[in-house]
Amino acid sequence: MFKTFAKAIQSLSVAFLMGLPMASSAQQLSENASIVVESPWARASLGMSRPGGAYLTVRNEGSDQISLIGLRAEISGMASIHETRTNSDGVSSMAPADDIVIPPGGMFALEPGGYHAMLMQLQSPLVEGETFPLTLLFSDGTELEITVPVLGIGARGPEG
Amino acid sequence: MMRVAKIAAIGAAAVFAALFVGWWQVDGPGADSAPGKRSLPLTAMEFSLTDQDGRDVGPETLIGEPSLVFFGFTYCPDVCPTTLSDISGWLDEIGPDAEDVNTVFITVDPDRDTVETMAEYVSYFHPQIQGWTGLPDQIAAIADGFRVTYEKVEAENGEYTMNHTAGVFLFDATGRFVTTIDYHEPLEFAVPKIRRAMQNRTERAES
Ligand SMILES: [Cu+2]
Repeated sequence: MFKTFAKAIQSLSVAFLMGLPMASSAQQLSENASIVVESPWARASLGMSRPGGAYLTVRNEGSDQISLIGLRAEISGMASIHETRTNSDGVSSMAPADDIVIPPGGMFALEPGGYHAMLMQLQSPLVEGETFPLTLLFSDGTELEITVPVLGIGARGPEG
Repeated sequence: MMRVAKIAAIGAAAVFAALFVGWWQVDGPGADSAPGKRSLPLTAMEFSLTDQDGRDVGPETLIGEPSLVFFGFTYCPDVCPTTLSDISGWLDEIGPDAEDVNTVFITVDPDRDTVETMAEYVSYFHPQIQGWTGLPDQIAAIADGFRVTYEKVEAENGEYTMNHTAGVFLFDATGRFVTTIDYHEPLEFAVPKIRRAMQNRTERAES
């Protein structure tokens, strides 16, 4: 109880120092509080025929290494983690990512230009201002459902 | 209070470092990209495409003002919206001075990106950004001139995605290729490059 409170105070003060709106630094924790997801956001989609993209940061506060092995979302018929690569000729491509290993105390960010949550076969459009649930699947069996806010198509980060 | 001063000092040092790296890449010894893969000047290109309003456009549409050109496709969930957002931020940063810079997003996926699609897509970004599409052979012609490559790749779900050159191309007002801005290059590096493409116009006007 106290630990959770202390953590809340800590994140509050960090958000305050950085001048960030609280919503963007809202933390979503796994049941045993060892996995923390921060700053999730998705871009609004143009209808349902195009894949959607979402981003977030995962922190491993536990004492064991964990791997992010997949995603599940009702809003997507096929959700997976993709990696964008740019080769020496400046050609970009994306492909399903390998499992993402996060050591104890480590963090991993899905962010523009690196990794993204690829939401294919959208079942409904991603509408700016709305949210949708996304489940992160981990190697230890943890399934962490988070709420992802949908920002504008032109958003640059979790602050819009 | 001491702590605030320390943070300010670190901030100033960081800005200095960023400026130095920016200079190094733009004008300093780090300048110039790989030879042989440079875009042709716009004056040496021939292509005929359609803009988001259905108008015919070609190299002559761009020559006369500096230009910023990017290739992509609207079914792209990461690289293309990120780049268009970055471009929007650069234009905002430069402000009214950048109003004359032709800023064009050209699709490499003309089968799916119609004029109407391009019009809707670019409407979500900076109002200066245009969206051009056209017949596949005309897209191939402009890509060839820019030394841009693109390729259809099968995706997991039976659909396809496009691999494509993701840099942003800068030309001065005479149509001469100036430089590229790499994918997701930070604003403090990108903006001086755009200013350089714009500056050539000023120099030309004065001479
Ligand atoms: Cu993807």
